[in-house]
Amino acid sequence: MTDDPMMNALPGSTKQKAGNQLDEQIHLTAVDEFLAWGKENSLFYLLFATACCGIELMQAGGPRYDLDRLGMIPRATPRQSDLMIIAGTITHKMAERVRLIYQQMTEPRWVVSMGSCANSGGPFSKWSYSVLNGIDKYIPVDIYIPGCPPRPEALIDGVYALRERVRRYRTLGVRETVPHIVASADAAFGCHFGKGGSKQPEEPKA
Amino acid sequence: MTIEATTPSGERMILNMGPHHPATHGVLRIVVESDGEVVANCTPDHGYLHRSIEKIGECVEWQMFVPYTDRIDYVCAMNANLAYCVGVEQLLRSDPGTAVQVPFRAECIRVLVAELNRISSHMIAVGAMAMDVGAVTPFLHSIAQREMVNDIFEKLCGQRLTYNYITVGGVAYDLTPGAPDEIASFLNTFEKEMVRFNKLITTNTIFRDRCASVAVVTSDEAIAWGLVGPNLRGSGVDWDLRRDEPYGIYGQLAVRVPFGERFAGRHGAVGDCYDRYIVRLLEVQESVRLCREVLKLLPPPAPKATDQTGGFQADVKKQLARPPKGEMYSRTEAPRGEMGYFIVSDGTKVPYRVRCRTGSFSAAGIFHHVMKGIFLADVVAVIGSFDVVVPEIDR
Repeated sequence: MTDDPMMNALPGSTKQKAGNQLDEQIHLTAVDEFLAWGKENSLFYLLFATACCGIELMQAGGPRYDLDRLGMIPRATPRQSDLMIIAGTITHKMAERVRLIYQQMTEPRWVVSMGSCANSGGPFSKWSYSVLNGIDKYIPVDIYIPGCPPRPEALIDGVYALRERVRRYRTLGVRETVPHIVASADAAFGCHFGKGGSKQPEEPKA
Repeated sequence: MTIEATTPSGERMILNMGPHHPATHGVLRIVVESDGEVVANCTPDHGYLHRSIEKIGECVEWQMFVPYTDRIDYVCAMNANLAYCVGVEQLLRSDPGTAVQVPFRAECIRVLVAELNRISSHMIAVGAMAMDVGAVTPFLHSIAQREMVNDIFEKLCGQRLTYNYITVGGVAYDLTPGAPDEIASFLNTFEKEMVRFNKLITTNTIFRDRCASVAVVTSDEAIAWGLVGPNLRGSGVDWDLRRDEPYGIYGQLAVRVPFGERFAGRHGAVGDCYDRYIVRLLEVQESVRLCREVLKLLPPPAPKATDQTGGFQADVKKQLARPPKGEMYSRTEAPRGEMGYFIVSDGTKVPYRVRCRTGSFSAAGIFHHVMKGIFLADVVAVIGSFDVVVPEIDR
């Protein structure tokens, strides 16, 4: 048994205090839950940025917001990464390449669409002839983060929403289909739309 | 130093760099032809981020185009705003009936934010270049400084990256009451941080030798290929629009212009990667000095926004509804060099044509010339030293 709170939070753990007895050092848990716990805490993301949101992604990985503390380490190649953060505008010319990169990632793989451009075309959706209106027309997207560009706090909030999703991913068991999640614009406003997937936003009381 | 790329069989290897490559600062694709070690030919392929911003300029009203200028160069969005607004004001000034007088306080705020953004932009440039040649830590230090500038801008206009702050006729909001003191204290801490940064990477022998004599652009070549900004000054050409063709209140400020002087010592040459890197750092020092100078000039705020000295915005609603007919080219000095707008007006509230000329575009033009005969490993150092931002090339 260890003092590491992460280990104590392991699903199905006995949550006993550290001791020297053999039965106190043994955790009982399901394989799937253990694998999900590992995946959730080591989401390596692909170093991929196309436009403005890329600077915010860099600053989220920088010293103040520090994505590393969530176990998120940038990887240069898609073959080593679990998560692709689409940071920036995707044009028609680029979209095919994005799909190629996505196909190179090993499963299980997740996609976060960061910013209005990747979500829906953003400020370019109405007049531009070359911008793709939403990357979800090419690859499946798990989390959408609104903003132009989203603040690093919003990105981290989106990552937490994704971690919920990763936690419920089953490698061996039956996989449930989870509705796509829209991360809240800012955690400070307390508007977690559908965070947790199964929990729907509450109806406003009349 | 130029080496011929040859193999015994005369074969050549084609290597695709990009559009997804961590070192290419966005979605730049370069097709490199080499013998495995020495680059024989290189062809940049652009257009992966062509967002048709210039076409959008023909669809939206004059003032509505300002947010799109943010997206042309998001690393220094304030300077991009400024370039467009200076251009439109120059167009309005071509007819005495629509001439607009920007309040003096607004001019001061413009220079202040433009120079602060130049600092944060060059911090990305030097940090990313150090990261491209293999040193990650300096990038973290420079990003930390950029965060400080972002905090100042966030209090000013509520945005961290795309500001939409400078408008035609002034700026969108006045400075917050405590802002001048905050900026002054930031400049003090920033100077101390820069000393640490220079100790860490600039004077590092490995980094200096890595960049010395790589991709040398002589001053004649730089002028012939139309390089602008720090890339031109890195080649030893003494030219800066802020001093030589001043706009705004830059004419009242004494702008000192640094240029390349073989900073790498006896192994270097004027116009190598290290010179371009050092020129950016010296420009940052100059920006710090200019900010302090402007803070002294800044007049107190006036109760009315349209006040001629203390106000922050001139009323341009009528003028922009019926601007004079004609065409105008105006240019400003952005961190990546000359940013110019060619604006054609047909007298309506929507521009007839907006054409933008940017520094990265000229820099991308010289790539295939400087990359002939350099080592494959130096390609990323060259891209980093020219500091290209891809949406500026593609727009």
